[in-house]
Amino acid sequence: MSNSTITHQSSVCYHCGDKLPAVKLSYDDKDFCCVGCQSVYQILSENNMCSYYAYNDTPGQRIKDDGHFEYLDEPTIITQLINYKDKENSIVTFYIPAVHCSSCIWLLEHLYKINPAIFSSRIDFLKKEVTISYKHEKVSLRQVVEVLNQIGYEPLISLQDIVKEKGNSVNKQLIWKIAIAGFCMGNVMLFSFPEYFGLSALEKEFQYLFAWLNLAFCIPVTFYCAREYFTSAIASLKQKHVNLDTPLALIIAVLFVRTAISTIFNDGPGFGDTLTGLVFLLLMGKWVKQRTYHHISFDRDYRSYFPIAITTIKDNREKPVAISEIAVGDRLLIRNGELVPADAILMKGDAWLDMSFVTGEAEPQQKVLGEIVYAGGRQMGEAIELEVVKPASQSYLTGLWNKEFYKADFKKKNFNDSIAKYFSIGVFVIAFAATGFWLWIGDSAKAWSAFTAVVIVACPCVLALSTPFTLSAILSVFDKRGFYVKNTDAVEQLADLDTIVFDKTGTLTSTHNSEIRFEGSLTPGEKLLVASLLYNSSHPLSRQVLKALNPIKIYAIAKYNEVVGKGIMGQVNGRMVYAGSKRGLPFVVESVVSKENGGVHIMIDEMYKGCFSVDQQWREGITPLINHLNEDYDLKVLSGDTNKDEQMLKSVFKPSTTILFNQSPLQKLEAIKSLQARNKKVMMLGDGLNDAGALKQANFGVAITDNINNFTPGCDAIMSGNSLSLLPNFIQLSKDGLTTIKISFAIATSYNLIGVYYAVQGTLYPLVAAILMPISTITIISFTSLATRYFAKRNGLRSIAVGS
Amino acid sequence: MNILYFLIGCSVLVALVFLGAFFWALKNGQHDDVYTPSVRILFDDEVKTSESDKDHISD
Repeated sequence: MSNSTITHQSSVCYHCGDKLPAVKLSYDDKDFCCVGCQSVYQILSENNMCSYYAYNDTPGQRIKDDGHFEYLDEPTIITQLINYKDKENSIVTFYIPAVHCSSCIWLLEHLYKINPAIFSSRIDFLKKEVTISYKHEKVSLRQVVEVLNQIGYEPLISLQDIVKEKGNSVNKQLIWKIAIAGFCMGNVMLFSFPEYFGLSALEKEFQYLFAWLNLAFCIPVTFYCAREYFTSAIASLKQKHVNLDTPLALIIAVLFVRTAISTIFNDGPGFGDTLTGLVFLLLMGKWVKQRTYHHISFDRDYRSYFPIAITTIKDNREKPVAISEIAVGDRLLIRNGELVPADAILMKGDAWLDMSFVTGEAEPQQKVLGEIVYAGGRQMGEAIELEVVKPASQSYLTGLWNKEFYKADFKKKNFNDSIAKYFSIGVFVIAFAATGFWLWIGDSAKAWSAFTAVVIVACPCVLALSTPFTLSAILSVFDKRGFYVKNTDAVEQLADLDTIVFDKTGTLTSTHNSEIRFEGSLTPGEKLLVASLLYNSSHPLSRQVLKALNPIKIYAIAKYNEVVGKGIMGQVNGRMVYAGSKRGLPFVVESVVSKENGGVHIMIDEMYKGCFSVDQQWREGITPLINHLNEDYDLKVLSGDTNKDEQMLKSVFKPSTTILFNQSPLQKLEAIKSLQARNKKVMMLGDGLNDAGALKQANFGVAITDNINNFTPGCDAIMSGNSLSLLPNFIQLSKDGLTTIKISFAIATSYNLIGVYYAVQGTLYPLVAAILMPISTITIISFTSLATRYFAKRNGLRSIAVGS
Repeated sequence: MNILYFLIGCSVLVALVFLGAFFWALKNGQHDDVYTPSVRILFDDEVKTSESDKDHISD
């Protein structure tokens, strides 16, 4: 760092692209906003890896504090993390939230330049995962992670990594089925073609062979590809209710039996083409429906919030231990910024715990020795020692997730399942009526063919397709505007709501665009003194205040002293400057007016100057949003925070709106339950762990976050903070989507009625069925996609083009 | 026209080979990540500079 100088030019940081502060660092003729960015650049340039900057401008991420990775030396933790290990090599996969551009791919795939023992690294960009192979004799797992951390790509290693489930195999099996169904469909079509155009004398010779080949292709389709429909139909019949799979299974069975009979008795072509085509399309619909986001997890629980290991103290020696192995009575060492993983008693040190994620309270709480500290708090100060009273899996926090009553008392029913019942009854009535009529006439051959034909023609295939296609089209519109819905069923829930409950902190307010306010007075000269002091600290608050001060020069500092969690002091230009929290002030000051504990208090030469405090900003467009929603929905606010913002909230919401403060997580959950008991369909918008219970209980839970990769509690949808103002449009589009499905159902019914007209007469020729089905399918799919586009445009959700 | 029987057999066989190839690719994980390879292929090869390109172990 010897050649770094302080200059005055305005541009952006060469590494991370943030706006440069007035005082910036320069190295190699490049400007950097902070030491972190510069050190990454240095590492890369030393290793000849500056191509990183060639593929994209300012691809870097600002690096956070040095992590503690001692736990990665523990053999038990290593074996849980790595995928594979042999004599020389180990393979490990990490999730790296910072991956965002092609430069990241390049850099992470060239790790061998930094350390040749890491001989291969592969990125899966969409999943943000890197798979690293390394020689474990030359480099330890900890060193690998430290290399990643140094270049700004810290992997997220949470407890969930250890207990990860493999959800991929189900999807793969579906693809196998689609491939087989598609293969069979293609071949069956080929052999059915002569039939479509009328058989010449020559082709008549092959008719018998074609029919048998078709039957052969139908066997795997019916018994392998369509198997799920049979099992699901049987299961639902056992529970005495009818789902959409019931009529589908019946149709597949009827088609197969008819094809087999006509082939064996050689009386005309079977329905092999319809059968294979139907199964193929149904499976496609299923696949579209299953498509999910690789990079977003909706089912996160406490395990992804917790680290995988924590430092314990045993016989005066520090030892990292996996969270799951923490036992009652263990001594834990919690450093500044670390999370308390289990309910414990404070034994030593000054505990200031930021519980905002658990309770929603913005200010840190102080705990005295012997007091119980709940899991989920983050220590904001010097290292403390705790004694565990409950293992991590039984703490108060994890209890929020493990409550049994979530959603047990009401069942989500979608349009398809509710209509399937009537649909099936209608089909059976018509089919039996036609059969009965022909039997009464005395034509039993016609009766059989009329029965089968009605069942085939009245296929709810369109129902099974239009819903997934419409809803997944809506999903992709949503996700371009920063609204990530869990699955297509959830979109239907979104359309069917009447109450919206908001959390305050982090939901209506943003932690991102906080504003620095100063109470007190500072002369410009004094401001420079303060800035020079703060310049030396890496604490997030110091950096925020420094950014707000944006000094034009920095003085040298002497006698710098940082008391972790309390403040910093140092001598600037011969004057003693102190910046930090109130309780850390070097002198007792009576005149401190600030009611809050938070904020950065400033003292210069024994004189109290004032306090910088961080104001939470209301998200943009809150007022129009609330006004808009007020028209159609009951609104409510449940805040875990104190009522200091009551006036502001009252001015935005209708006077009749219920606004409750100091709500515990459990109270929030109970509030949602009591609303649901009154038959309300509730949408909950929240952000932190304190809303986790309410989000899960609500009919539609939305987690609001400023960074999609951050931790969010389990929910139905994740919304990026700046999309909140679009909420009414999102809801409207989901309603329009349901309308589209209903219209397409009407179109399909009209096709079916034409088919049924022929079918009841027992004159349905296989060719008609083979043509009718694809035509109605194509109509429906094109209708749904056009309608979705139209509605998206009308709701103003399509103005931003593709690519995000 | 008996040759048609043979040709039909061939066509089914060829189709089965392709189906098998697809399953092989699926099992091999070639469809797991359909995005990253499209970026990876655009990276230039390193230009060899005259100065020593020694690998550097940082700690």
